[in-house]
Amino acid sequence: MALVLKGLKKHFENSEKATLNEIDLEIESGEFVCIVGASGCGKSTLLNLVAGLEKPTGGQILLDGEEVNGPGADRTVMFQEHGLFPWLNVIENVKFGMKLAGVPKEEQEKKAMHYLEMVHLQDYKDYPIHQISGGMRQRTALARALTMDSKVLLMDEPFSALDKQTSNRLREELQRIWMETKKTILFITHSVEEAVYLGDRVVALSPDTGRIASIISIDIPRPRHVYSPEFVELRHQIMEQVRGEAV
Amino acid sequence: MGMIIFLVILIAAWQGFYWIGVDVLGLWKPYAVPEPAGVAKRFVELCSDGTLFEATFNSLMRGIVGYVIAVIIGIAVGLLINHFKYLQKNLKPVVLGVQTLPSVCWVPFSILWFGLSTNAILFVVIMGSAFSISISVDNAIKNIQPIYTKAALTMGATKKQMYINVIFPASLPELVSGLKQGWSFAWRALMSGEVMTTSIGLGQTLIMGRDLADINQVMLVMVVIVAVGIIIDKCIFSVIEKRILKKRGLA
Repeated sequence: MALVLKGLKKHFENSEKATLNEIDLEIESGEFVCIVGASGCGKSTLLNLVAGLEKPTGGQILLDGEEVNGPGADRTVMFQEHGLFPWLNVIENVKFGMKLAGVPKEEQEKKAMHYLEMVHLQDYKDYPIHQISGGMRQRTALARALTMDSKVLLMDEPFSALDKQTSNRLREELQRIWMETKKTILFITHSVEEAVYLGDRVVALSPDTGRIASIISIDIPRPRHVYSPEFVELRHQIMEQVRGEAV
Repeated sequence: MGMIIFLVILIAAWQGFYWIGVDVLGLWKPYAVPEPAGVAKRFVELCSDGTLFEATFNSLMRGIVGYVIAVIIGIAVGLLINHFKYLQKNLKPVVLGVQTLPSVCWVPFSILWFGLSTNAILFVVIMGSAFSISISVDNAIKNIQPIYTKAALTMGATKKQMYINVIFPASLPELVSGLKQGWSFAWRALMSGEVMTTSIGLGQTLIMGRDLADINQVMLVMVVIVAVGIIIDKCIFSVIEKRILKKRGLA
Protein backbone atom coordinates (compact mmCIF):
# COMPACT_ATOMS: atom_id res chain seq x y z
CA MET A 1 0.00 0.00 0.00
CA ALA A 2 1.42 3.35 -0.99
CA LEU A 3 -0.92 5.56 0.94
CA VAL A 4 -2.97 4.54 3.96
CA LEU A 5 -5.50 6.72 5.78
CA LYS A 6 -6.49 5.34 9.17
CA GLY A 7 -9.44 6.75 11.10
CA LEU A 8 -8.64 10.17 9.72
CA LYS A 9 -10.57 13.00 11.29
CA LYS A 10 -10.63 16.75 10.86
CA HIS A 11 -12.70 19.02 13.00
CA PHE A 12 -12.21 22.75 12.44
CA GLU A 13 -12.40 24.81 15.61
CA ASN A 14 -15.11 27.11 14.39
CA SER A 15 -17.45 24.44 12.99
CA GLU A 16 -20.04 22.43 14.85
CA LYS A 17 -19.39 19.04 13.33
CA ALA A 18 -16.33 17.28 12.01
CA THR A 19 -15.57 17.98 8.35
CA LEU A 20 -14.02 14.56 7.97
CA ASN A 21 -14.78 11.60 10.17
CA GLU A 22 -13.27 8.13 10.45
CA ILE A 23 -11.83 8.11 6.95
CA ASP A 24 -10.23 4.73 6.19
CA LEU A 25 -8.71 4.34 2.78
CA GLU A 26 -5.85 2.39 1.28
CA ILE A 27 -4.37 3.36 -2.04
CA GLU A 28 -2.09 1.01 -3.90
CA SER A 29 1.00 2.03 -5.75
CA GLY A 30 0.08 2.93 -9.33
CA GLU A 31 -3.58 3.32 -8.51
CA PHE A 32 -5.76 6.20 -9.66
CA VAL A 33 -8.27 7.07 -6.95
CA CYS A 34 -10.91 9.76 -7.34
CA ILE A 35 -12.68 11.42 -4.44
CA VAL A 36 -16.08 12.86 -5.31
CA GLY A 37 -18.60 14.77 -3.32
CA ALA A 38 -20.67 17.90 -3.32
CA SER A 39 -18.97 21.16 -2.43
CA GLY A 40 -18.40 21.46 1.27
CA CYS A 41 -18.08 17.72 1.82
CA GLY A 42 -14.47 18.03 2.89
CA LYS A 43 -12.79 16.59 -0.20
CA SER A 44 -10.33 19.45 -0.47
CA THR A 45 -9.68 19.21 3.25
CA LEU A 46 -8.84 15.55 2.73
CA LEU A 47 -6.31 16.48 0.08
CA ASN A 48 -4.79 19.19 2.27
CA LEU A 49 -4.38 16.68 5.07
CA VAL A 50 -2.61 14.20 2.82
CA ALA A 51 -0.48 17.03 1.40
CA GLY A 52 0.46 18.00 4.95
CA LEU A 53 -0.81 21.54 4.49
CA GLU A 54 -3.25 20.95 7.32
CA LYS A 55 -2.99 18.79 10.41
CA PRO A 56 -5.60 16.12 11.19
CA THR A 57 -7.52 16.24 14.48
CA GLY A 58 -7.28 12.48 14.72
CA GLY A 59 -6.15 9.37 12.90
CA GLN A 60 -3.11 8.73 10.80
CA ILE A 61 -1.78 9.14 7.29
CA LEU A 62 0.91 6.67 6.28
CA LEU A 63 2.96 6.95 3.12
CA ASP A 64 4.94 3.77 2.45
CA GLY A 65 4.52 2.96 6.13
CA GLU A 66 5.82 6.31 7.38
CA GLU A 67 3.58 8.81 9.07
CA VAL A 68 2.99 12.02 7.14
CA ASN A 69 4.06 15.07 9.07
CA GLY A 70 3.93 18.32 7.12
CA PRO A 71 4.21 18.96 3.40
CA GLY A 72 6.86 17.33 1.22
CA ALA A 73 7.98 16.64 -2.34
CA ASP A 74 6.79 13.03 -2.09
CA ARG A 75 3.21 14.37 -2.23
CA THR A 76 3.19 17.10 -4.86
CA VAL A 77 -0.10 18.89 -5.37
CA MET A 78 -1.60 20.13 -8.60
CA PHE A 79 -4.02 22.88 -7.64
CA GLN A 80 -7.24 24.11 -9.17
CA GLU A 81 -5.60 27.47 -9.77
CA HIS A 82 -2.39 26.50 -11.50
CA GLY A 83 -0.01 27.82 -8.83
CA LEU A 84 2.65 28.60 -11.41
CA PHE A 85 5.11 31.39 -10.68
CA PRO A 86 4.55 34.44 -12.91
CA TRP A 87 8.18 35.53 -12.65
CA LEU A 88 9.32 32.33 -14.38
CA ASN A 89 8.58 31.16 -17.91
CA VAL A 90 7.03 27.80 -18.79
CA ILE A 91 10.13 25.62 -18.66
CA GLU A 92 11.54 27.40 -15.61
CA ASN A 93 8.27 26.64 -13.84
CA VAL A 94 8.49 23.00 -14.85
CA LYS A 95 12.05 22.80 -13.51
CA PHE A 96 11.20 24.52 -10.22
CA GLY A 97 10.75 21.43 -8.07
CA MET A 98 13.82 19.73 -9.54
CA LYS A 99 15.84 22.87 -8.84
CA LEU A 100 14.77 22.75 -5.19
CA ALA A 101 15.76 19.10 -5.03
CA GLY A 102 19.19 19.90 -6.45
CA VAL A 103 18.80 17.84 -9.62
CA PRO A 104 21.77 18.49 -12.00
CA LYS A 105 21.00 21.11 -14.64
CA GLU A 106 21.32 18.80 -17.63
CA GLU A 107 18.93 16.32 -16.11
CA GLN A 108 16.50 19.14 -15.26
CA GLU A 109 16.51 20.20 -18.90
CA LYS A 110 16.07 16.66 -20.20
CA LYS A 111 13.27 15.78 -17.84
CA ALA A 112 11.50 19.10 -18.26
CA MET A 113 11.53 18.68 -22.05
CA HIS A 114 10.35 15.09 -21.73
CA TYR A 115 7.27 16.09 -19.74
CA LEU A 116 6.66 19.26 -21.77
CA GLU A 117 6.50 17.03 -24.84
CA MET A 118 4.14 14.72 -22.99
CA VAL A 119 1.73 17.64 -22.41
CA HIS A 120 2.40 19.05 -25.92
CA LEU A 121 3.99 22.28 -24.75
CA GLN A 122 7.52 21.87 -26.08
CA ASP A 123 7.00 24.78 -28.48
CA TYR A 124 5.89 27.06 -25.69
CA LYS A 125 8.73 26.38 -23.29
CA ASP A 126 10.04 29.96 -23.30
CA TYR A 127 6.66 31.65 -23.04
CA PRO A 128 5.86 33.78 -20.02
CA ILE A 129 2.95 32.40 -17.98
CA HIS A 130 0.69 35.36 -18.71
CA GLN A 131 0.89 34.72 -22.43
CA ILE A 132 -0.46 31.18 -22.40
CA SER A 133 -4.08 30.06 -22.01
CA GLY A 134 -5.67 28.61 -18.90
CA GLY A 135 -5.52 25.12 -20.36
CA MET A 136 -1.83 25.49 -21.18
CA ARG A 137 -1.17 26.71 -17.65
CA GLN A 138 -2.73 23.55 -16.25
CA ARG A 139 -0.64 21.48 -18.67
CA THR A 140 2.45 23.29 -17.40
CA ALA A 141 1.38 22.60 -13.83
CA LEU A 142 0.84 18.94 -14.75
CA ALA A 143 4.30 18.71 -16.33
CA ARG A 144 5.79 20.31 -13.23
CA ALA A 145 3.98 17.85 -10.97
CA LEU A 146 5.13 14.89 -13.08
CA THR A 147 8.81 15.89 -12.85
CA MET A 148 8.65 15.53 -9.08
CA ASP A 149 8.37 11.73 -9.21
CA SER A 150 6.25 11.93 -6.09
CA LYS A 151 5.09 8.77 -4.40
CA VAL A 152 1.58 10.13 -4.69
CA LEU A 153 0.38 12.90 -6.96
CA LEU A 154 -2.41 14.93 -5.41
CA MET A 155 -4.80 16.73 -7.74
CA ASP A 156 -7.25 19.22 -6.34
CA GLU A 157 -9.94 19.74 -9.01
CA PRO A 158 -7.23 20.59 -11.52
CA PHE A 159 -9.57 21.03 -14.48
CA SER A 160 -12.61 22.59 -12.86
CA ALA A 161 -11.62 26.20 -13.47
CA LEU A 162 -11.35 25.54 -17.22
CA ASP A 163 -14.06 25.67 -19.86
CA LYS A 164 -15.82 22.38 -20.55
CA GLN A 165 -14.05 21.68 -23.83
CA THR A 166 -10.55 22.30 -22.49
CA SER A 167 -11.35 20.38 -19.35
CA ASN A 168 -12.53 17.34 -21.36
CA ARG A 169 -9.47 17.49 -23.55
CA LEU A 170 -7.16 17.63 -20.55
CA ARG A 171 -8.76 14.71 -18.79
CA GLU A 172 -8.33 12.63 -21.95
CA GLU A 173 -4.67 13.55 -21.90
CA LEU A 174 -4.37 12.81 -18.22
CA GLN A 175 -5.80 9.36 -18.89
CA ARG A 176 -3.21 8.80 -21.61
CA ILE A 177 -0.38 10.14 -19.43
CA TRP A 178 -1.46 7.97 -16.53
CA MET A 179 -1.49 4.92 -18.80
CA GLU A 180 2.08 5.81 -19.84
CA THR A 181 3.49 6.67 -16.43
CA LYS A 182 1.37 4.66 -13.94
CA LYS A 183 1.74 7.30 -11.27
CA THR A 184 -0.18 6.92 -8.03
CA ILE A 185 -2.82 9.63 -8.13
CA LEU A 186 -5.34 10.93 -5.63
CA PHE A 187 -7.74 13.07 -7.61
CA ILE A 188 -10.36 15.34 -6.10
CA THR A 189 -13.36 16.34 -8.19
CA HIS A 190 -16.99 17.36 -7.86
CA SER A 191 -17.77 15.75 -11.20
CA VAL A 192 -18.91 12.14 -11.09
CA GLU A 193 -18.30 11.86 -14.80
CA GLU A 194 -14.70 12.94 -14.41
CA ALA A 195 -14.21 10.52 -11.51
CA VAL A 196 -15.66 7.57 -13.40
CA TYR A 197 -13.66 8.48 -16.48
CA LEU A 198 -10.33 8.67 -14.69
CA GLY A 199 -10.39 6.53 -11.60
CA ASP A 200 -9.67 2.89 -10.80
CA ARG A 201 -11.84 3.52 -7.80
CA VAL A 202 -14.27 6.28 -6.96
CA VAL A 203 -14.64 7.27 -3.32
CA ALA A 204 -17.81 9.19 -2.54
CA LEU A 205 -17.79 11.40 0.54
CA SER A 206 -20.93 12.27 2.42
CA PRO A 207 -21.22 15.92 3.37
CA ASP A 208 -23.52 15.19 6.31
CA THR A 209 -21.36 12.80 8.23
CA GLY A 210 -17.96 13.58 6.78
CA ARG A 211 -17.51 9.87 6.23
CA ILE A 212 -16.89 7.78 3.17
CA ALA A 213 -20.32 6.97 1.76
CA SER A 214 -19.18 4.37 -0.74
CA ILE A 215 -16.18 3.11 -2.66
CA ILE A 216 -16.86 1.90 -6.18
CA SER A 217 -14.37 0.08 -8.40
CA ILE A 218 -14.48 1.13 -12.03
CA ASP A 219 -13.69 -1.89 -14.13
CA ILE A 220 -14.15 -0.33 -17.56
CA PRO A 221 -10.94 -0.91 -19.53
CA ARG A 222 -8.91 2.10 -20.66
CA PRO A 223 -8.88 4.13 -22.82
CA ARG A 224 -12.40 4.92 -21.70
CA HIS A 225 -14.97 6.81 -23.72
CA VAL A 226 -17.70 8.89 -22.14
CA TYR A 227 -20.26 7.80 -24.76
CA SER A 228 -19.75 4.05 -24.41
CA PRO A 229 -22.87 2.33 -23.02
CA GLU A 230 -21.08 0.80 -20.04
CA PHE A 231 -19.64 4.19 -19.09
CA VAL A 232 -22.99 5.93 -19.34
CA GLU A 233 -24.59 3.18 -17.29
CA LEU A 234 -22.00 3.27 -14.53
CA ARG A 235 -21.90 7.05 -14.40
CA HIS A 236 -25.67 7.13 -14.02
CA GLN A 237 -25.59 4.51 -11.31
CA ILE A 238 -22.93 6.32 -9.29
CA MET A 239 -24.57 9.68 -9.76
CA GLU A 240 -27.80 8.30 -8.32
CA GLN A 241 -25.90 6.83 -5.45
CA VAL A 242 -23.96 10.02 -4.67
CA ARG A 243 -27.05 12.15 -5.07
CA GLY A 244 -29.04 9.86 -2.79
CA GLU A 245 -26.40 10.12 -0.12
CA ALA A 246 -25.97 13.83 -0.50
CA VAL A 247 -29.64 14.55 0.13
CA MET B 1 5.73 67.74 -24.98
CA GLY B 2 2.38 68.81 -23.52
CA MET B 3 4.10 68.85 -20.15
CA ILE B 4 6.80 71.25 -21.40
CA ILE B 5 4.21 73.64 -22.82
CA PHE B 6 2.36 73.52 -19.51
CA LEU B 7 5.57 74.36 -17.62
CA VAL B 8 6.36 77.25 -19.97
CA ILE B 9 2.86 78.64 -19.41
CA LEU B 10 3.27 78.21 -15.66
CA ILE B 11 6.59 80.07 -15.64
CA ALA B 12 5.20 82.81 -17.87
CA ALA B 13 2.25 83.24 -15.50
CA TRP B 14 4.63 83.37 -12.55
CA GLN B 15 6.70 86.09 -14.29
CA GLY B 16 3.48 87.94 -15.11
CA PHE B 17 2.32 87.88 -11.49
CA TYR B 18 5.74 89.14 -10.40
CA TRP B 19 5.58 92.10 -12.78
CA ILE B 20 2.08 93.05 -11.79
CA GLY B 21 2.45 92.40 -8.07
CA VAL B 22 5.95 93.74 -7.50
CA ASP B 23 6.88 96.12 -10.34
CA VAL B 24 3.54 97.66 -11.34
CA LEU B 25 1.37 97.65 -8.21
CA GLY B 26 4.11 97.32 -5.59
CA LEU B 27 1.95 94.96 -3.51
CA TRP B 28 4.80 92.65 -2.55
CA LYS B 29 8.38 93.33 -1.48
CA PRO B 30 10.88 92.18 -4.14
CA TYR B 31 13.02 90.39 -1.51
CA ALA B 32 10.06 88.21 -0.51
CA VAL B 33 8.98 87.01 -3.96
CA PRO B 34 11.20 85.12 -6.38
CA GLU B 35 11.05 85.85 -10.07
CA PRO B 36 11.80 83.41 -12.93
CA ALA B 37 14.34 85.72 -14.53
CA GLY B 38 16.12 86.14 -11.17
CA VAL B 39 16.09 82.41 -10.52
CA ALA B 40 17.53 81.77 -13.97
CA LYS B 41 20.24 84.37 -13.37
CA ARG B 42 21.14 82.78 -10.05
CA PHE B 43 21.15 79.39 -11.75
CA VAL B 44 23.75 80.57 -14.28
CA GLU B 45 25.86 82.17 -11.55
CA LEU B 46 25.81 79.17 -9.22
CA CYS B 47 26.53 76.86 -12.12
CA SER B 48 29.49 78.85 -13.40
CA ASP B 49 31.23 78.97 -10.01
CA GLY B 50 30.51 75.26 -9.49
CA THR B 51 28.55 75.75 -6.26
CA LEU B 52 25.36 74.22 -7.51
CA PHE B 53 27.05 71.17 -8.97
CA GLU B 54 29.05 70.56 -5.80
CA ALA B 55 26.01 71.02 -3.60
CA THR B 56 23.87 68.68 -5.71
CA PHE B 57 26.62 66.08 -5.92
CA ASN B 58 27.26 66.15 -2.15
CA SER B 59 23.57 65.92 -1.33
CA LEU B 60 23.06 63.10 -3.77
CA MET B 61 26.00 61.15 -2.35
CA ARG B 62 24.78 61.61 1.22
CA GLY B 63 21.28 60.69 0.12
CA ILE B 64 22.48 57.52 -1.55
CA VAL B 65 24.74 56.42 1.32
CA GLY B 66 22.03 57.10 3.90
CA TYR B 67 19.42 55.41 1.75
CA VAL B 68 21.50 52.28 1.18
CA ILE B 69 22.04 51.92 4.94
CA ALA B 70 18.33 52.57 5.50
CA VAL B 71 17.46 49.85 2.96
CA ILE B 72 19.68 47.31 4.71
CA ILE B 73 18.31 48.13 8.15
CA GLY B 74 14.77 48.49 6.85
CA ILE B 75 14.74 45.12 5.09
CA ALA B 76 16.33 43.38 8.08
CA VAL B 77 13.78 44.82 10.52
CA GLY B 78 10.98 44.14 8.06
CA LEU B 79 11.98 40.48 7.70
CA LEU B 80 12.25 40.05 11.47
CA ILE B 81 8.86 41.64 12.05
CA ASN B 82 7.38 39.42 9.39
CA HIS B 83 9.00 36.23 10.58
CA PHE B 84 8.51 36.35 14.35
CA LYS B 85 4.95 36.51 15.60
CA TYR B 86 6.08 38.15 18.82
CA LEU B 87 7.72 41.03 16.95
CA GLN B 88 4.78 41.26 14.57
CA LYS B 89 2.48 41.77 17.51
CA ASN B 90 4.66 44.01 19.64
CA LEU B 91 7.37 45.69 17.58
CA LYS B 92 5.36 46.45 14.45
CA PRO B 93 3.04 48.98 16.13
CA VAL B 94 6.12 50.76 17.49
CA VAL B 95 7.76 50.83 14.06
CA LEU B 96 4.52 52.08 12.53
CA GLY B 97 4.35 54.81 15.14
CA VAL B 98 7.96 55.88 14.73
CA GLN B 99 7.50 55.91 10.98
CA THR B 100 4.87 58.65 11.29
CA LEU B 101 7.38 60.98 12.98
CA PRO B 102 8.49 63.77 10.66
CA SER B 103 12.21 63.25 10.08
CA VAL B 104 13.05 66.70 11.42
CA CYS B 105 12.16 65.37 14.88
CA TRP B 106 15.38 63.35 14.79
CA VAL B 107 17.54 66.46 14.35
CA PRO B 108 18.08 67.24 18.08
CA PHE B 109 19.25 63.68 18.76
CA SER B 110 21.47 63.60 15.72
CA ILE B 111 23.25 66.84 16.72
CA LEU B 112 23.72 65.66 20.31
CA TRP B 113 25.13 62.33 19.22
CA PHE B 114 27.08 63.19 16.08
CA GLY B 115 27.68 66.95 16.21
CA LEU B 116 27.31 69.08 13.10
CA SER B 117 28.75 66.38 10.86
CA THR B 118 27.81 64.34 7.82
CA ASN B 119 27.04 61.47 10.17
CA ALA B 120 24.36 63.58 11.82
CA ILE B 121 22.73 64.08 8.42
CA LEU B 122 22.98 60.38 7.60
CA PHE B 123 21.36 59.55 10.92
CA VAL B 124 18.35 61.72 10.06
CA VAL B 125 18.12 60.15 6.60
CA ILE B 126 18.24 56.61 8.01
CA MET B 127 15.69 57.26 10.72
CA GLY B 128 13.50 59.04 8.20
CA SER B 129 13.28 56.18 5.72
CA ALA B 130 14.30 52.83 7.24
CA PHE B 131 11.02 52.18 9.03
CA SER B 132 8.82 52.94 6.06
CA ILE B 133 10.87 50.31 4.21
CA SER B 134 10.35 47.82 7.07
CA ILE B 135 6.61 48.27 6.90
CA SER B 136 6.66 47.83 3.12
CA VAL B 137 8.70 44.63 3.38
CA ASP B 138 6.30 43.18 5.93
CA ASN B 139 3.26 44.12 3.84
CA ALA B 140 4.82 42.91 0.59
CA ILE B 141 5.43 39.47 2.08
CA LYS B 142 1.98 39.31 3.64
CA ASN B 143 0.35 40.07 0.32
CA ILE B 144 1.95 37.14 -1.47
CA GLN B 145 -0.73 34.81 -2.82
CA PRO B 146 -0.77 31.78 -0.49
CA ILE B 147 -0.86 29.39 -3.45
CA TYR B 148 2.75 30.23 -4.32
CA THR B 149 4.07 29.20 -0.93
CA LYS B 150 1.72 26.21 -0.79
CA ALA B 151 2.87 24.99 -4.19
CA ALA B 152 6.52 25.37 -3.17
CA LEU B 153 5.90 23.53 0.11
CA THR B 154 4.45 20.54 -1.72
CA MET B 155 7.54 20.57 -3.92
CA GLY B 156 9.73 20.22 -0.86
CA ALA B 157 10.95 23.81 -0.36
CA THR B 158 13.01 24.41 2.77
CA LYS B 159 12.66 27.70 4.65
CA LYS B 160 15.74 29.14 2.98
CA GLN B 161 14.62 28.02 -0.49
CA MET B 162 11.21 29.50 0.22
CA TYR B 163 12.71 32.93 0.91
CA ILE B 164 15.06 32.87 -2.07
CA ASN B 165 12.88 31.19 -4.69
CA VAL B 166 9.37 32.24 -3.74
CA ILE B 167 9.01 34.99 -1.14
CA PHE B 168 11.62 37.30 -2.67
CA PRO B 169 10.47 37.12 -6.32
CA ALA B 170 6.78 37.03 -5.40
CA SER B 171 7.01 40.16 -3.28
CA LEU B 172 9.35 41.98 -5.66
CA PRO B 173 6.83 44.31 -7.34
CA GLU B 174 5.51 45.56 -4.02
CA LEU B 175 9.01 45.61 -2.57
CA VAL B 176 10.22 47.97 -5.31
CA SER B 177 7.28 50.29 -4.66
CA GLY B 178 8.24 50.28 -1.00
CA LEU B 179 11.86 51.05 -1.84
CA LYS B 180 10.73 53.89 -4.08
CA GLN B 181 8.68 55.35 -1.28
CA GLY B 182 11.65 54.84 1.05
CA TRP B 183 13.80 56.89 -1.31
CA SER B 184 11.37 59.79 -1.31
CA PHE B 185 11.36 59.71 2.50
CA ALA B 186 15.16 59.60 2.51
CA TRP B 187 15.44 62.53 0.13
CA ARG B 188 13.10 64.66 2.24
CA ALA B 189 14.85 63.67 5.46
CA LEU B 190 18.16 64.60 3.86
CA MET B 191 16.97 68.17 3.45
CA SER B 192 15.85 68.33 7.09
CA GLY B 193 19.32 67.19 8.04
CA GLU B 194 21.22 69.42 5.66
CA VAL B 195 19.60 72.70 6.61
CA MET B 196 21.08 72.39 10.09
CA THR B 197 24.73 71.84 9.14
CA THR B 198 27.33 73.93 7.39
CA SER B 199 28.74 71.21 5.11
CA ILE B 200 28.10 71.99 1.46
CA GLY B 201 24.88 70.58 0.08
CA LEU B 202 21.52 71.62 -1.33
CA GLY B 203 19.96 72.14 2.10
CA GLN B 204 22.85 74.32 3.20
CA THR B 205 22.73 76.31 -0.08
CA LEU B 206 19.06 76.92 0.53
CA ILE B 207 19.69 78.22 4.05
CA MET B 208 22.57 80.34 2.72
CA GLY B 209 20.10 81.93 0.32
CA ARG B 210 17.86 82.77 3.26
CA ASP B 211 20.77 84.20 5.24
CA LEU B 212 21.76 86.39 2.28
CA ALA B 213 18.12 87.45 1.82
CA ASP B 214 18.40 86.00 -1.70
CA ILE B 215 14.93 84.59 -2.31
CA ASN B 216 15.83 83.62 -5.87
CA GLN B 217 18.55 81.31 -4.58
CA VAL B 218 16.09 79.74 -2.14
CA MET B 219 13.66 79.15 -4.98
CA LEU B 220 16.39 77.81 -7.25
CA VAL B 221 17.49 75.24 -4.68
CA MET B 222 13.88 74.18 -4.14
CA VAL B 223 13.51 73.61 -7.86
CA VAL B 224 16.71 71.57 -7.97
CA ILE B 225 15.57 69.43 -5.02
CA VAL B 226 12.30 68.68 -6.78
CA ALA B 227 14.07 68.01 -10.08
CA VAL B 228 16.53 65.54 -8.53
CA GLY B 229 13.66 63.78 -6.75
CA ILE B 230 11.70 63.44 -9.98
CA ILE B 231 14.70 62.31 -12.04
CA ILE B 232 15.62 59.53 -9.56
CA ASP B 233 11.99 58.42 -9.38
CA LYS B 234 11.41 58.36 -13.15
CA CYS B 235 14.80 57.17 -14.33
CA ILE B 236 15.45 54.48 -11.75
CA PHE B 237 12.48 53.29 -9.72
CA SER B 238 9.73 53.67 -12.29
CA VAL B 239 11.86 51.96 -14.92
CA ILE B 240 12.52 48.97 -12.66
CA GLU B 241 8.88 48.81 -11.61
CA LYS B 242 7.64 48.83 -15.18
CA ARG B 243 10.11 46.19 -16.25
CA ILE B 244 9.04 43.82 -13.47
CA LEU B 245 5.35 44.32 -14.10
CA LYS B 246 5.76 43.93 -17.85
CA LYS B 247 7.64 40.67 -17.44
CA ARG B 248 4.74 39.30 -15.40
CA GLY B 249 2.09 40.63 -17.74
CA LEU B 250 0.74 43.06 -15.16
CA ALA B 251 1.43 46.28 -17.03
